[in-house]
Amino acid sequence: MHAGALFVAVFLACAVEAVEATTIVLAAGTAREWRSTLIGVGAGVLLLAVVVAALGPAVSAIPLHFLRLVVGGLLLVFGLQWLRKAILRASGHKALHDEEAIYAEELAAARAAEARRVGYVDDWYAFTLSFKGVVLEGLEVVFIALTFGSNQHDIPLAAVAAVAAVLVVSAVGAAVRAPLARVPENTMKFAVGVMLASFGTFWGAEGAGARWPGSDAALLVLVPAYALFGIALSVALRRPEPSVAYATEAAPR
Amino acid sequence: MIGRLRSFGAFWYDFVVGDDWRVAVGVAGALGVTYAISRTSVPAWWVVPVAVPSLVALSLLRVARKANPASPPAQSPTG
Repeated sequence: MHAGALFVAVFLACAVEAVEATTIVLAAGTAREWRSTLIGVGAGVLLLAVVVAALGPAVSAIPLHFLRLVVGGLLLVFGLQWLRKAILRASGHKALHDEEAIYAEELAAARAAEARRVGYVDDWYAFTLSFKGVVLEGLEVVFIALTFGSNQHDIPLAAVAAVAAVLVVSAVGAAVRAPLARVPENTMKFAVGVMLASFGTFWGAEGAGARWPGSDAALLVLVPAYALFGIALSVALRRPEPSVAYATEAAPR
Repeated sequence: MIGRLRSFGAFWYDFVVGDDWRVAVGVAGALGVTYAISRTSVPAWWVVPVAVPSLVALSLLRVARKANPASPPAQSPTG
């Protein structure tokens, strides 16, 4: 895979997760107080760094064939989850993921909760809310960066793409101090689902012993083929009257 | 303690498997068939690209069949 393709794949996937984490952190900081929220963000990032430090060398030590089989399988399952949900949303069978509605829900829940001081943290609720948001969404960022990077023998480039995505989304979130509602999240999730499923297919089959005709060039067929299939399914399953209802999800995913 | 272990397991199940376990089982099966065929002289690369669209289409058709056109779309607690 070309280094540019690796960068774009990891950047896009991590940007989607960063948008969701930013929504939760903004809600915690706005409704409660920023110091405890930022301590929660810092603690979450620290935990993720420990996970990377522990998993990084371990992943590099696994034989490539076995790594590709396991990672390819996991990426495939992951990618198909994303693709399936994106198609359900595009065809009107599932409510759209609306960051504004999620933000409003988080804000209301955060305002209703009581403040409790624990150690250096003035507001335990703000701390745990931002900590959980960063860790849960960050785990997916770590998984994607490590698996893509290790399979392409370029973990540093994958890490740079992941960090760049998180920094760009965080900077935009901090600048506007509002949920990133204008991000075309479902389209991005569809694109990421297609990429994860394509790379998962490629690496999984290779890890299981298959030899691809054309080697890496097979990805140039897999990606557009899966994308076209997904678009065709979205059109075929489209409901006659698309719903305008939006999700009001409180839990970070 | 058991409750915590259960919620830890539920988190990882949701994280990896997601809404439709049949897709995850199908992916594992397709990789298993690929491995078995790759031990022979027959090319094995086509198994997963055939299995993936079939699994997604079957999973989505199941949802579409269950859906009531008169009711609003389902809201899931996961993304």
